[in-house]
Amino acid sequence: MSAEPAAPAGTRLSETAQQRDRAVTIYERSHPGRRAFVAPELDVPRREGLLPERFRRSEPARLPEVAEPEIVRHYNRLSKRNFDLDTGFYPLGSCTMKHNPKLHERVAALPGNARLHPLQHPRRAQGALRLMWELQSALAEIAGLPHVSLQPSAGSHGELAGVLLTRAYHEDRGERRTKVLTPDTAHGTNPATVTMAGFEVVKVGTDDRGGVDLDDLAAKAGDDVACLMLTNPNTLGLFDPAIEEIERIVHDAGATLYYDGANLNAVMGRTRPGDMGFDIVHFNLHKTFTQPHGGGGPGAGPIAVSERIEPFIPRPQVVRRESDDGAGPTFALDHDRPKSIGRLRGFQGNYGVFVRSYAYILSLGSDGLQEASETAVLNANYLMARLRETVGEHLPPAYDRTCMHEFVLTGGPMKNALGIRTLDLAKRLLDHGFHPPTVYFPLLVDEALLIEPTETETRETLDAFAEIVGEILAEAAGDPAAARNAPYTTPVRRLDEAGAAKRPVIRQPL
Amino acid sequence: MLAAIGADSIDDLFADVPEGVRLGRPLELPAGKPEQEVYGYLRDLAALNVSAEDEISFVGAGMYDHYVPALIDSILARSEFLTPYTPYQPEISQGGLQVMFEYQTAISELTGLPVSNASVYEGPSAVAAAGYLAKLHQPARSRFLVSRALHPHSRETLATTSVGWGTAIEEIPLADGVTDAGALADALDDDVSAVFLQYPNFLGAVEDLDALVPAARESGALVIAQCDPLALGILRPPGDFGVDVAVGEGQTLGNRLDFGGPSFGFFAAQQAHVRRMPGRIAGETADVDGRRGFVLTLQTREQHIRREKATHNICTAQALNALAGMLYLSWLGRAGLVELGELMLQRTAYARDALAAIEGVEPLHSQPVVREFAVALDADVDAVIERCAADGVNPGFPLGREYPEHGNGLLVALTEQRSKADIDRLASTLQAAVREAVPA
Repeated sequence: MSAEPAAPAGTRLSETAQQRDRAVTIYERSHPGRRAFVAPELDVPRREGLLPERFRRSEPARLPEVAEPEIVRHYNRLSKRNFDLDTGFYPLGSCTMKHNPKLHERVAALPGNARLHPLQHPRRAQGALRLMWELQSALAEIAGLPHVSLQPSAGSHGELAGVLLTRAYHEDRGERRTKVLTPDTAHGTNPATVTMAGFEVVKVGTDDRGGVDLDDLAAKAGDDVACLMLTNPNTLGLFDPAIEEIERIVHDAGATLYYDGANLNAVMGRTRPGDMGFDIVHFNLHKTFTQPHGGGGPGAGPIAVSERIEPFIPRPQVVRRESDDGAGPTFALDHDRPKSIGRLRGFQGNYGVFVRSYAYILSLGSDGLQEASETAVLNANYLMARLRETVGEHLPPAYDRTCMHEFVLTGGPMKNALGIRTLDLAKRLLDHGFHPPTVYFPLLVDEALLIEPTETETRETLDAFAEIVGEILAEAAGDPAAARNAPYTTPVRRLDEAGAAKRPVIRQPL
Repeated sequence: MLAAIGADSIDDLFADVPEGVRLGRPLELPAGKPEQEVYGYLRDLAALNVSAEDEISFVGAGMYDHYVPALIDSILARSEFLTPYTPYQPEISQGGLQVMFEYQTAISELTGLPVSNASVYEGPSAVAAAGYLAKLHQPARSRFLVSRALHPHSRETLATTSVGWGTAIEEIPLADGVTDAGALADALDDDVSAVFLQYPNFLGAVEDLDALVPAARESGALVIAQCDPLALGILRPPGDFGVDVAVGEGQTLGNRLDFGGPSFGFFAAQQAHVRRMPGRIAGETADVDGRRGFVLTLQTREQHIRREKATHNICTAQALNALAGMLYLSWLGRAGLVELGELMLQRTAYARDALAAIEGVEPLHSQPVVREFAVALDADVDAVIERCAADGVNPGFPLGREYPEHGNGLLVALTEQRSKADIDRLASTLQAAVREAVPA
């Protein structure tokens, strides 16, 4: 997006080029008889009556009728109505929008990967199984936990795997525990997962330094608690220095400790969930290990576990088998895991994501991964310092201490003094060509902005962002309506979300 | 930068990490490699795989080797689709949101159901998500009835996922390759939460939904059907039979095999269930100037708003894969979807006859099929597969692990990429292999 000048208060800019290009759907471009597909010739004798009439569709599905040029133009034009990471700064807190190296698409598309059937006999899928085994090993080292299952499809799916593993672990010991603790700063997926797995959510408070309230934790960690789900650094971007005390309280209660790996990009090579005493970890390969996010997926959410959890991990598991005859190791899918919780999905997981993330690990290596985390933390602290300098009065850090890879500002003073809300600031940033930070999360911070710059960004980008935020606040001091009515230059302006939810139109009438 | 922060070193920034939990050594991983070396290593690994590029493959069983048109590669490579996050800022995400809306419309058309979400992870977990919808719909009901011809991965995923819901899973047996309607009727009562079917089923047979759905609905249970979206080009859609929720694996719609993922799951339902659907849904609206636009809608179902009361925990789904699906359906178009279905129907019938003519090969059932069928071999199936593989043919998926009652069963799948000549070669290779293999 181009950064156009701010609109004068109360006036309407003329429409941008993108705005003149009104939304038309592919169905509205359809014209009877047009087509792209040419069917292969019917090369077998045609037979009638193969399908009883009562099983037959009476009318073809009303798909669009369009030729290839129309399809290509339509979707290329649509693409230009998206903002994306390859175009600009995307400091979306908790989402780790780091660069997606182009090599990864090339290796994922190799026919040996892209056209490999998931049920190919393992003997003829040795490259894929070996890649998965090597990725398992690398993730185990990064997590500091010995066993990895790659199967879960996303972070939320990894969380579900983790809570189900906890259930299986306790049941195997003859214990029925009914509650799972989650901090009030947790990602929404944590409590949603707990309910789906059949447990009761118990919230644990946050102390005034932004860490787990240890008294509250100790009071709630009874023998009915199965697990504590924790992110460290947490969603405030703060590393909880009391992690050893937390670990002791949870394990003394007989519960397991679950690590939400959404924030792993802060600590690679510095500390590991296993070193902190966690039993189960999920990774977000689409965050820390740079699978392109695709506008809402795909991702992958592998889990790493300690020895005592290992018997229960999903099946099948990729294993390495040494040969007797000196021919070198082979790789296999082990289905024979009697204590396993079972499958969480079809086949072996999002292999295409594994290829990309393994390419990333190979490219960066041991030092590179650590440097990525260190640079991410450096960038976050630098941007926090720059923003404190430029807009600290109105947009101060929610917790004024060293952050990790992300940090939270509160827009409370901005709202009171300048009359604009965090939402308005976010919308005004769109006019300047930046993706806004995560807004209104974590919930316990008033008018929250959660900012995660990642290691990708240069100092110049961080400086430019801080300056623009300063400009927007200065503009608001004179004319708060400029932000309240933003954006002006985007393909559409603020949308009626309440109306959309009230009378949902979620498919095209045809 | 450190000076601006007021820190002396990078170590200062990690001061909150207590001494006792620091790693204190480098990660035990190889040193980083230049791009060309990473490429070379991963290329060599990929070359160890025998893909559908290297052999004539008739393996399906949930994922199928359809041709992926080049325009999909071209559009998916666009940074604007490849690299954004979930569209939390609709003003700068209209492209992705409109794709979701178009996609939802296409899935609604294919399934004959009024509402679709914007995708879930993949097929079997979509079945489990539908089970969770049924549980939320009638929490007191405690039985799931599952057809034995539901994909084994779906059955297992449902069992894994539902362990904490207080629901018991009971299997409905098959009669001549399809769900036994009598057994289903006998099992139904007012404690049944949902009945799970597959259409066409795992053994390739087209279930007669008219013989199954009405009885299930009469008992007040929801009917959940896992469907092959490409077969729905010629099959009467599940919504027409009164199915409540249609879900399935979207890989056949323009997605690569990728050794099992990423692909996408689709999820469509009757209107009454729209506020219990999992995942993202895009809706049409207007901006302050009256311009048409799209937003994520009905978000009060979702984890980031409702937390422990959410209708599912899903966050990241499969938006890019669903875009591939939408592109594929646009490429096929209204006529092409039917033509492709007819082609599969004809070639599958030809292949089924050709294999049934081989001595030692019997059809496993006599039901109508669209793109896949099952046979029983009078020989050790694993030995037959190895023998065929040596001749460059992958004859199908062996049923024995999942269906011990069909120990030497073979599930054979067709796509438009398998020609008559390929089928003839399968028949001759299989014939030779069965003849050679030790009789079972």
